[in-house]
Amino acid sequence: MDRPRGFAFYGLAGIFCLYVLFLYGPTLTILALSFQGPSGGLTFPMNGVSTHWFAKLWEGVGVVDIWAALRRSLMLGLVVMILTVALAFYAGLAFRKGFWGAGLVFALAVSSLIVPSIVVSLGIGLEFRLLDDAVKALADATGWGLLQDHGTFMGLYSSALGAHLTWTLPFGLLIMFAVFNRFSPAYEEAARDLGATGAQTLRHVVVPILAPALVGVALFGFTLSFDELARTSQAIGGRNTLPLELQGLTTTVTTPEIYALGTTTTAFSALVIGTALGLTVWLQKRRARRALAGLRP
Amino acid sequence: MNDLTLPRTGETAAAPIATAPRRRRSLAYLQAAPLALVFLVFLVVPLLLTAVVSFWEYNEYAITPALTLQNYADLFDGCLSADLCTTVRTYLSTLKFVALTLAITLPLGFSIAYFLAFHIRSDTVRMGLFLLCTIPFWTSNVIRMISWIPLLGRNGLVNDTLRSLGLIKAPIEGLLYSDFAVVLAFVHLDTVFMIVPIFNSLARIDRSLIEAARDCGASGFQTLWNVVLPLAKPGIAIGSIFVVTLVMGDFVTVGVMGGQQIASVGKVIQVQMAYLQFPAAAANAVVLLAAVLLMILGLTRMIDLRREL
Repeated sequence: MDRPRGFAFYGLAGIFCLYVLFLYGPTLTILALSFQGPSGGLTFPMNGVSTHWFAKLWEGVGVVDIWAALRRSLMLGLVVMILTVALAFYAGLAFRKGFWGAGLVFALAVSSLIVPSIVVSLGIGLEFRLLDDAVKALADATGWGLLQDHGTFMGLYSSALGAHLTWTLPFGLLIMFAVFNRFSPAYEEAARDLGATGAQTLRHVVVPILAPALVGVALFGFTLSFDELARTSQAIGGRNTLPLELQGLTTTVTTPEIYALGTTTTAFSALVIGTALGLTVWLQKRRARRALAGLRP
Repeated sequence: MNDLTLPRTGETAAAPIATAPRRRRSLAYLQAAPLALVFLVFLVVPLLLTAVVSFWEYNEYAITPALTLQNYADLFDGCLSADLCTTVRTYLSTLKFVALTLAITLPLGFSIAYFLAFHIRSDTVRMGLFLLCTIPFWTSNVIRMISWIPLLGRNGLVNDTLRSLGLIKAPIEGLLYSDFAVVLAFVHLDTVFMIVPIFNSLARIDRSLIEAARDCGASGFQTLWNVVLPLAKPGIAIGSIFVVTLVMGDFVTVGVMGGQQIASVGKVIQVQMAYLQFPAAAANAVVLLAAVLLMILGLTRMIDLRREL
């Protein structure tokens, strides 16, 4: 492999550079344009540099309460993140031991990725509407006061949460598979031989070793949920998440305010990704340091 | 004292060993149950309900349980005539996007994955470049689509540059809000789904196989075609499955980049949901799902997905 680099290398390197430019170029463009001067428009040239559009964004975008939407997306993202890490981790452990129906659950996870998002979204929307209809029918039939003013079960932490989990859990599970495939059972056997209980082995051996991977799953869980749009679209009640509001704004907002919004959300995602990657590196470094310390007499 | 306690500790030590496999087995069910439950409630039941509701009747005000094929009949109404019906035209339009996106993302994704796997010698650099490709995947799709406006618009960067270079006189219309823009956005958003699985396949290829091919006198292209490509097939299939699913079911990209003017299957479903025509939307969803599954079936014949992880 260590032969001198030939034509193929430089050709492919060129393609790679162009692709990275293609990937990041547009985002950098709106990053620049979001600092457009107050009299500037949606395209170049820049009419001065200002934070005018960020200030306008801070005041709110028309009738849409963008900050409430951001808070909702944030909270939902955190809940999805925690559930994704917990459920995928335990399911990964279960798949390792093997159980009857493991193939079926795996097939479900894969189909959850493969079924088009709009179909999943529509199905969850229908499910909750039918559930609401059933409750209303029951209320009419029985006259129970408890059920009379039933609105809808659909909402951020019911239907939308479920819709997000169908998207984040398969990724989480696949990562756990990849991780457990490279995880030697010798560590657990050693812990058991030293008298650790199952819970102790998990807490003091398995989780610390897998910590960087779990951070990765958390990162996937949060960002996929924070930016999720297609699966949420039909499975959310009255109050929208941030991506849904953003999609609506693409047709109505015709000022650089939308770029300011884009820059803000991208910066937010970048912050989360940066924190997660930093955390992973830190965890690995700490482990390496401890391993070294353990080697010393 | 010792004589009494020793056998007992022996007993307690032996007992867990005997019951361990069974207890671990039942623990496995407990550990997998929450995940399975989520998929049951939010995937299996919704899909079954969609199939059921697609046979129901509806009017402007309500949907009523029934067993009618009317929704499917409406969907394919007039499809046997010479000028194709709306449904077939919509599917053809969506399939065109699938074909174009695959035709671009596949060679592009393969080249990038190949570059990363075979041409980068340091693991750290490889990881860094790989992250560079995947980080945008973690940011908002809508924002990444909006980013094209200042570049492709009528007075955008592309038109301005071409004009100042004297290559064109009038700005090119249809850079934005067109088929071109839609395909561009698909390539922009979905190439990463090709890169990751193909990279994964390529990274597993035993380097001695390539050395062997070279020793046997194979040219670079022959090695690529007869050794690398067959071994990369699973990755290519998985990547293609992702792209097919994402493009077939899409309504956001086609909506935003097509200026809400281009039809797609996903968009039809979305509009019908907005007008509360649930049975019609459900029938559409069933047909879409069937179409996607048929396409995937062809691709999965090539691979054993479980072995790839």
